Amino acid sequence: MKKKLLAALLSTAMVASVLAGCGETNAPVGSTEAEDTAVAASDAAATDAAAADETTADDSAAAASSEAEPTAVTTVGPDSGTHMEMWSFVEAHNSFYAGMLDKWNEENPDRQIQITFTTYPYGDMHQKLIMSLQTGTGAPDLCDVEMGQVPNVYEGVDTWLYPLDDAMAPYKADMLQSRLDAYKGSDGKQYGAPFHVGATVMYWNMEDLEAAGITKDDVDAVETWDDYTALGEKYIAAVNQDGKYFTSVDTGGTDWLWLAMAEYGDDWTGGYHGTANVQLDSVKNMLKMQQSWLDSGVAEVSPDGHVDLEAGFQNILDGNIVSFPKAMWYMSRFINYMPDEKGKWYITKCPVFEEGQNCSVGIGGTGTVVTQQSSDPALAADFLCYAKMSPEGETEIWNQLGFDACNTSLWSDPAFAHDDTNQYNQFFQNYPYDVLNEINDQIGTIMTVKISPTINEYTCTTTLNEVLEDKMNVDDALKELQDAVDMEQ
Amino acid sequence: MKFRKFLYSEKTAPYVFALPFILSFCIFWIYPLISAIVMSFQDIGAISSEWVGFHNYAKLLKDNVFHTAMLNSFEYMLFSCMLLIPFPMLFAVLMDSNLVKAKGVWKAMLYVPALTSVVISGTLFRLMFSEYKTGQMNVIMTMLGLSTVKWLKIKWTSEIALLLLCCWRWTGVNMLYFLSGLKSIDKELYESADMDGASFGQKFRFITLPLLKPTTIYVLTISIYAGLSMFLESYMLWAGNSSPNNIGLTIVGYLYKRGIEKNDMGYACAVGVVLMVIGLIINFIQLALNGSLKKEEE
Repeated sequence: MKKKLLAALLSTAMVASVLAGCGETNAPVGSTEAEDTAVAASDAAATDAAAADETTADDSAAAASSEAEPTAVTTVGPDSGTHMEMWSFVEAHNSFYAGMLDKWNEENPDRQIQITFTTYPYGDMHQKLIMSLQTGTGAPDLCDVEMGQVPNVYEGVDTWLYPLDDAMAPYKADMLQSRLDAYKGSDGKQYGAPFHVGATVMYWNMEDLEAAGITKDDVDAVETWDDYTALGEKYIAAVNQDGKYFTSVDTGGTDWLWLAMAEYGDDWTGGYHGTANVQLDSVKNMLKMQQSWLDSGVAEVSPDGHVDLEAGFQNILDGNIVSFPKAMWYMSRFINYMPDEKGKWYITKCPVFEEGQNCSVGIGGTGTVVTQQSSDPALAADFLCYAKMSPEGETEIWNQLGFDACNTSLWSDPAFAHDDTNQYNQFFQNYPYDVLNEINDQIGTIMTVKISPTINEYTCTTTLNEVLEDKMNVDDALKELQDAVDMEQ
Repeated sequence: MKFRKFLYSEKTAPYVFALPFILSFCIFWIYPLISAIVMSFQDIGAISSEWVGFHNYAKLLKDNVFHTAMLNSFEYMLFSCMLLIPFPMLFAVLMDSNLVKAKGVWKAMLYVPALTSVVISGTLFRLMFSEYKTGQMNVIMTMLGLSTVKWLKIKWTSEIALLLLCCWRWTGVNMLYFLSGLKSIDKELYESADMDGASFGQKFRFITLPLLKPTTIYVLTISIYAGLSMFLESYMLWAGNSSPNNIGLTIVGYLYKRGIEKNDMGYACAVGVVLMVIGLIINFIQLALNGSLKKEEE
């Protein structure tokens, strides 16, 4: 009898252990974390921006560790409301949405929503999302989608995703069109709501420049890349020290090339229906100019590939470079990784090749989507557009997350743009939004379509290394890139 | 009653006990394997998938990046096997002998790296091998009066970094395998060898090595697989899947790049199938050469 009992127990245990892996519960753990924004916001803004820049891989590094467990689960809103699920890869994003949900529920007593927010690691979340969209079950109602993953997720257009065109109608007029365009599907419908413009601007270390006899007026007078090069040569001559450069050029990122393309109005992806062509004059001009900078000592190659990595921060802290173009979200890097630089840096628009060209390009971002699997997609879309496009939402995006908001009506509002309690306004010598206002009709877009990952990847692994490290002929390197791209299209 | 009889019969019991393994093996191994082979002949789209025949494989033949990845994985496998078998074996023999004091400390020191996450150790190695002058290796270079090196941008220096990370992590584990192999060798053999006046080298050559062979074969087999399927180390060392001129790209890295980063599952499956075939071929050759595939002698 004892044996039988033992056998029965053993087999039960075995069956239980087999089945144990099947069930997964995401029990809500209360809404306490939603309040915890003060610290998390600035921290995670950095994480977001890292993820936002598709060429920056340090975030997706977490993907490789393949943690299947969410790092935070929070439920906000009344039980009586329509229940929804929302995923993000940055906890601060979810904290922001949670705050906006409270506001929404206050303002819309007849349209109450309860959302369970889950934060997953970057790679994990996108993988789960695509898998659940593909299989038609298990997708959340709302989900953040990082720019680099946009082509993969938006590929399913309105079979997978719910168009936001109706829901964003009240705010559309104030939103920066080029940013909305970045999150359109191949059918022309709006599928994603943006967080930020990611406008590329020039960062200048005025303290070091002034020590070398270059004033703010000199910097303000820079209109073209020729002016920039001349100023760089002047700086190098004044400093005359090994290891000191005017700027650094990237082998691990395409920001410079995007800027060049936007200035000429080019787009190497060819958009949704075109074919990719990377042999553009804009790209060639930029690369040739960078080669000449490397020859003349105006520039160095960014340590580790671009300025948005540890070595890049250290390079800036050490004063080895005194200017570089980068998206506005890079401001959060100063706050998080280079707090000692407070008060030294000045922001201007970027130089152009020929006067009259556009001088900026939007880089990176998060296009939040509503899925067709949602219990009430129209309601979800209304909430999403309220959270990310309304003036209330945009104010919180700037204050909490430090992003350059896409609602242009706010840019000229002094209470918003010149708020001296804002840490970003305090950190820099001028108000970041003053620069944005100056360039607001000059921010170009490079589309992120199916071929984009291929182009970006080949450029960052091979082409830029060949051109900048190995001094290869620009035309030959771009021809090679074109061949690699053609294999995929 | 019939059910009870069925459950308690001696004939069915083994199957019941083996069932959990067989089920999980079928669901998590056999099914994905077949599914991957099927998918490698398809173009997997967002909404629908279509059959493309051998298109994915034909593309692999022309794909230079894939060839680079294959070469990298193969080199890494070769070097890691060359390092991770002799040295752990040597350490194990030393640990087993009377030459070493405080064995526990040494064993722990060698084993602890295996307990750390690759994500953390990879990040540390990336910082150590940073091309910036404050990176640890460059600090050492400067102290030696040499110029700084862009470690992770040059093929052979980055290979050193990868192998160093690999050895640092796995030496302890392989040493434990060899230690357990050594423990199973009968001490009397050594005693009789002593009586016959055998030297240390002779004992190692004629007793230890032959009797350790099963362990060595096991370690070699898993090292070949581990070497060919290496991904995370390279992923962490370059903070992502992109290394300059693809010097750190491995086959699995390429599979990940295609399947996950570019959502091209069909092509990624073809990469996976090729990896599996290569792994099988190499290991079959290796097992055939050292006689493991022959029937056990009675």
